[in-house]
Amino acid sequence: MSTAAAITHARAGAQPAPVGRTYRFELIKLLAQWPIRIGLLACFIAPALYVAIISQQSSLPTDTVFGRWLSQTGWAGPLVVLAFGCSWLLPLLTSVVAGDVFASEDRLGTWRHLLVAVRSPRRIFAAKALASLTVILLIATGLVVSGVVGGLVAVGNRPLVGLDGQLLEPGQAAGVILLAWVAALVPTLAFAALGLLGSVALGRSPMGLLVPAVLGPLLVTAQLLPMPVEVRVALPSYAFIAWRGLFNDPAQTGPLLVGLVVSLAWTVVAIALAYRLFMRRDFTDLAYDGIGRRLLGRAVLPLTALLAVTVAVIAATTSASGSGVDKAKVEGSLATSFAHLYRMQTEQLHRPDVTEAQLESSAACDKGGRRVDDVGPGNDWRCVVKWRLPGSTAEGSAIYQLDVTPDGRYVSDGDGPLQVNGFFQINTPHGDVPNPLWQFDGNVDLLTPLADR
Amino acid sequence: MHETVTVRARGVSKSFGDVVALDGVDLDIAEGQVHGLVGPNGAGKTTLLGLLLGLAKADDGDLEILGSPVRRTLTVPDGVAGFVDGPGLYPSLTARQNLDAQAHLRGDSTDGIADTLEQVGLTEVADDRIRGFSLGMRQRLGLAAALLTRPRLLVLDEPANGLDPSGTRQVHRVLTRLAAHGTSVVLSSHRMDDLAALCSVVTILATGRVVFSGPLSKLVAETDELDYRLRTSDPEAARRVAAETPEVQVLRDDDLLQRHDAATLLVRAAVPALDDLVPRLVGAGVSVRELAPVVAPLEAAFMALTTGANGSNEDGEL
Repeated sequence: MSTAAAITHARAGAQPAPVGRTYRFELIKLLAQWPIRIGLLACFIAPALYVAIISQQSSLPTDTVFGRWLSQTGWAGPLVVLAFGCSWLLPLLTSVVAGDVFASEDRLGTWRHLLVAVRSPRRIFAAKALASLTVILLIATGLVVSGVVGGLVAVGNRPLVGLDGQLLEPGQAAGVILLAWVAALVPTLAFAALGLLGSVALGRSPMGLLVPAVLGPLLVTAQLLPMPVEVRVALPSYAFIAWRGLFNDPAQTGPLLVGLVVSLAWTVVAIALAYRLFMRRDFTDLAYDGIGRRLLGRAVLPLTALLAVTVAVIAATTSASGSGVDKAKVEGSLATSFAHLYRMQTEQLHRPDVTEAQLESSAACDKGGRRVDDVGPGNDWRCVVKWRLPGSTAEGSAIYQLDVTPDGRYVSDGDGPLQVNGFFQINTPHGDVPNPLWQFDGNVDLLTPLADR
Repeated sequence: MHETVTVRARGVSKSFGDVVALDGVDLDIAEGQVHGLVGPNGAGKTTLLGLLLGLAKADDGDLEILGSPVRRTLTVPDGVAGFVDGPGLYPSLTARQNLDAQAHLRGDSTDGIADTLEQVGLTEVADDRIRGFSLGMRQRLGLAAALLTRPRLLVLDEPANGLDPSGTRQVHRVLTRLAAHGTSVVLSSHRMDDLAALCSVVTILATGRVVFSGPLSKLVAETDELDYRLRTSDPEAARRVAAETPEVQVLRDDDLLQRHDAATLLVRAAVPALDDLVPRLVGAGVSVRELAPVVAPLEAAFMALTTGANGSNEDGEL
């Protein structure tokens, strides 16, 4: 063979391995790990068992949104699983899966071998990211399928009550639930990207796994703390909460869209930082163990800058301010929910049908008495709901104690009168059933403008 | 006869920050040659092997592998395989799965997996997860992974690490057979017996420079004096004869003295002087029961070239 021919042959032969083959290789390695296998199996089995068992109990997980409806409809199952997953499970699982995909090569000392085989750090990065994404999608699929199956088998295919009291027929509920899960996947990706960044930046050090695993639940927990709404919405964990807005009518799409955009921005920036660090790494350095102190400048500061920019953009482009919770929002939300649920109760009691418009329901709320401003979260909201039945001049009224959390969710606890919202059950021709007006969940839109005070 | 060159390096240098790992290295590896790379820790062996695998690019100089110039990282031509810094295997996969996944990754056929496992003696554990494998078994599986690619240049960093004598023989057989079929093998090792048994050519590196490169026989021939252990029927007579023999030094060895091995002498001499000593001993009625180098010739040459002294330079002369 001539020299020219030899060079041509060598160049042709020295092509990097295709991304598809590298992706397959990465997926095989990930799925061969016992922790991931066990985790996946648990995701396909545990939610179904949980929903099936808990839905038959007298004490339901009412602290979880949709938890109080677990015994009423099978469609509450996947939503309880979603709410539970968003609180810590999804961030934790995804950051651990993505957080180990690079670090494991450091622990095993296989980087040089992998590079020789693939011949392209760029393709290795892409394949690892895609393989992590695949496992994360499998985890999410397992959770949602298992939750749906468990709910439908144990409770049945019945309408779901939304977060403003309206009834969603099973087909409609299934669609919105699917949409909610898809929406929750976006912040999941952001946490996966943070996991990738931690894994690339911290090498084989246990911190490589620990940081993303801790950061995930930490950012989710931050949503429970009182903080300005601009900051809350600018965190990548906000979309883990904002999907709840899909269960209002009309859907609270504003916070969800902002949350999704923020999560996407975190995903893109974290992946870009991880990619930059990875491509700059010297794989011949046998002593490499993460970027050490440079982590501050190459990962922490850029992400802090992203947070600052996001907060500024949200403050400038939305009318959000303060805690995002005020008297007008709570009153509006409560009155709407009450009207929907009153209609539901009317139907259960086989009384003459009445529409929400005919009820003309309204609420008057006060937070903590006269000395406290009627804004912000707290369990000291007290509301009086009034309504009017068609053909009647008398006005009905019912009292509610509200516990409004910083993320905009509230729990209304009926305080009488007894025949309306004062008792947990109502007596229907088919027997005693849970009283829909006794306790219910609601959701206020944090991004709509606050009323002038 | 024209010899086909698999690797040709001229003036190759590589630094990591202020640390010079390779400094103007010239290297030629012929087709079918088993080439040993030896040097103390930090001499630049792994860096050189890394360059041959394409893991890094030289800062300076020319490197040509299988007829193709290598100027960028990860652009060595197909036909180069091997490992540095361990065989790079995945403990959660079985031996067979490791090979299968790697074959798929490279787009190679998986037909040869069973045969390759047999060559390295791992057929019986082919379906065991390698988590439980010993270091030697992992080394052999790493070799199998490299063999699967049908390499024309095989680069191995310490392939004998952790191998028992049987494993060592097996690996030697495989490498010898490969070389016989035209594959060039370049390997680093700290075990001189391995290198002596396998390599026809060695390159000795010290602080990033080549201090010797050539056939093993030439290296041994260039080593002037070695220390020999001399066991005879009459140590006192042997000592007298040795002391009177030109170019032979009788050495004091504390280890031998501590062991009260009075029948053994330690002498330093070149081969011609030994040729003179033996008939003198026989002539004096002293039976020679053992005359063997204390340190293998290759090791002695290595130490002489890399430290400027042989194995017993600190021993006092009697």
